[in-house]
Amino acid sequence: MMETAKIKVKKLNLYYGDNHALKDIDIKIRPKAVTAFIGPSGCGKSTFLKTLNRMNDLVENVKIEGEVLLDEKDIYAPGVDTTILRKKVGMVFQQPNPFPMSIYDNIAYGPRIHGIKDKRKLDEIVEESLRGAAIFDEVKDRLKKNALGLSGGQQQRICIARALAVCPEVLLMDEPTSALDPISTSKIEDLMEDLKKKYTVVIVTHNMQQAVRVADDTAFFLLGELIEFRETKLLFSYPQDKRTEDYITGRFG
Amino acid sequence: MKNKAKINAVEKTAKSIFMICAVIAIFAVCSITIYMIAKGTPALKSVGVLKLLFGTSWAPTANEPAYGILYIILTSIVGTAASVLIGVPVGLLTAVFLTEISNKKLAAIVNPAIELLAGIPSVIYGLLGLMLLNPFMYKMEKMIFEDSDTHKFTGGSNLISAVIVLAIMILPTVVNVSASSLRAVSANLRAASYALGASKIQTVFKVTIPAAKSGIMTGVVLGIGRALGEAMAINMVAGGSVQIPLPFNSVRFLTTQLVSEMGYAEGVHRQVLFTVGLVLYIFIMVVNLVLQKLRKGANTDE
Ligand SMILES: Nc1ncnc2c1ncn2[C@@H]1O[C@H](COP(=O)(O)OP(=O)(O)OP(=O)(O)O)[C@@H](O)[C@H]1O
Ligand SMILES: [Mg+2]
Repeated sequence: MMETAKIKVKKLNLYYGDNHALKDIDIKIRPKAVTAFIGPSGCGKSTFLKTLNRMNDLVENVKIEGEVLLDEKDIYAPGVDTTILRKKVGMVFQQPNPFPMSIYDNIAYGPRIHGIKDKRKLDEIVEESLRGAAIFDEVKDRLKKNALGLSGGQQQRICIARALAVCPEVLLMDEPTSALDPISTSKIEDLMEDLKKKYTVVIVTHNMQQAVRVADDTAFFLLGELIEFRETKLLFSYPQDKRTEDYITGRFG
Repeated sequence: MKNKAKINAVEKTAKSIFMICAVIAIFAVCSITIYMIAKGTPALKSVGVLKLLFGTSWAPTANEPAYGILYIILTSIVGTAASVLIGVPVGLLTAVFLTEISNKKLAAIVNPAIELLAGIPSVIYGLLGLMLLNPFMYKMEKMIFEDSDTHKFTGGSNLISAVIVLAIMILPTVVNVSASSLRAVSANLRAASYALGASKIQTVFKVTIPAAKSGIMTGVVLGIGRALGEAMAINMVAGGSVQIPLPFNSVRFLTTQLVSEMGYAEGVHRQVLFTVGLVLYIFIMVVNLVLQKLRKGANTDE
């Protein structure tokens, strides 16, 4: 766990108005690995995930203190362009949220935003991204059809492909399978094995088996605090903190 | 058990009330349509379709009367199109400003102002146009046509005045309907766009507006409908001569044609006015049908 970190968070505090939602978070996230955040509802997992690509900037009345270093550079430093940051740190949401346009246009959206106009180049990116999200074969004959016509699991993989299309370095996923059936879920879990070869993946999950299956490292949050963060195997076999143990053995929820 | 019977009875009555309302609505539409067709078609025979619809001379009270309404039809088409062309973009941008860009304080001032705009009676718009717009137009007219011998001076009552008044009148409809459909776009979609590194403006134009397309279209239909059907305000500012719809010409619309002549028209003249009404009615119907189609298209596939 001690190689160079892709993301280093130092003394991060976040307030929604008076609500102190994240308290003194310190964490180092490994490159090209899957890191899972677990913890009971409302403990701040999504909030923390969103500090990593500054999606919290969109919320009114948030106050953020501390540092988030991506490749040793503070993403909250003055003058940081959030559009460039978010191109590097992609995000997949809990509810599949494809744009109401064709599958092709969904995937091409990001590259187009960032100035790629060449049709051939776009075709290439679309195919590559769809393959990367393990959905190319299922949709290759209907790229011009509206993405809303796909099943939930397919939509979520479209959303993953869409995120891959801008060539991110980090991929944040907030409970990406919680709205999906078991088959789609296992497809996406399999996909993560591949994704981590190229990307740094951070995933929020309520499902501890999922964390065990996909994550190299796991962080346990409680009431806005990071309680424990270790290799997944170690965290689940030998939890160091009583509260972690209680949580993973299901003694509170 | 007794309770259940009661609920059933209520359900049944409610259902029949809804049914009756629906039937009344359908009956109203059908009877208006039949009436308009019955009254509007005889002139087509007595005057002749070509002479009527494509004739350019309007002289109903002359010794040898002419009943060509082509210029009137064109004026309605051009006037409506121009006002929509101005009113829709302005209205849409206002809606975008209200929902996506302005802070809450500013929106709290602009929003009610626009709703007020919707409540102002059209005769007031006409009055304002008459007092403010027409004099200004007259000045422009004098400047532009100084050396022209062919231009008939209008005193500023012209097509542009009518178009501007109409554009302002459709604004509230477009703004309100567009704003509510923009607000209805899920925050998730916007978030998805931001998360890909899109800016606010990119998100608005590439995601939010397309996603609200069908609602915005509804605003456009309602706007077209309002502009096509408006009579009072433009009657006051458009002049009222039957002429080809050029910007500085005094012009007559389908609606103002009815307003200004229905009171005294007799015989064939009166029949023709009903045909004018029928043409207006068909326009409104076509606009509604076309856009209903569009909306259905927007809701399902590309
Ligand atoms: N936009 C917001 N504005 C104000 N408070 C918020 C906002 N989002 C989250 N919170 C608060 O911050 C705290 C952490 O919320 P967060 O959504 O991060 O929890 P979570 O761990 O992701 O929960 P869940 O597992 O239910 O998704 C909660 O108390 C929540 O009420
Ligand atoms: Mg959450």
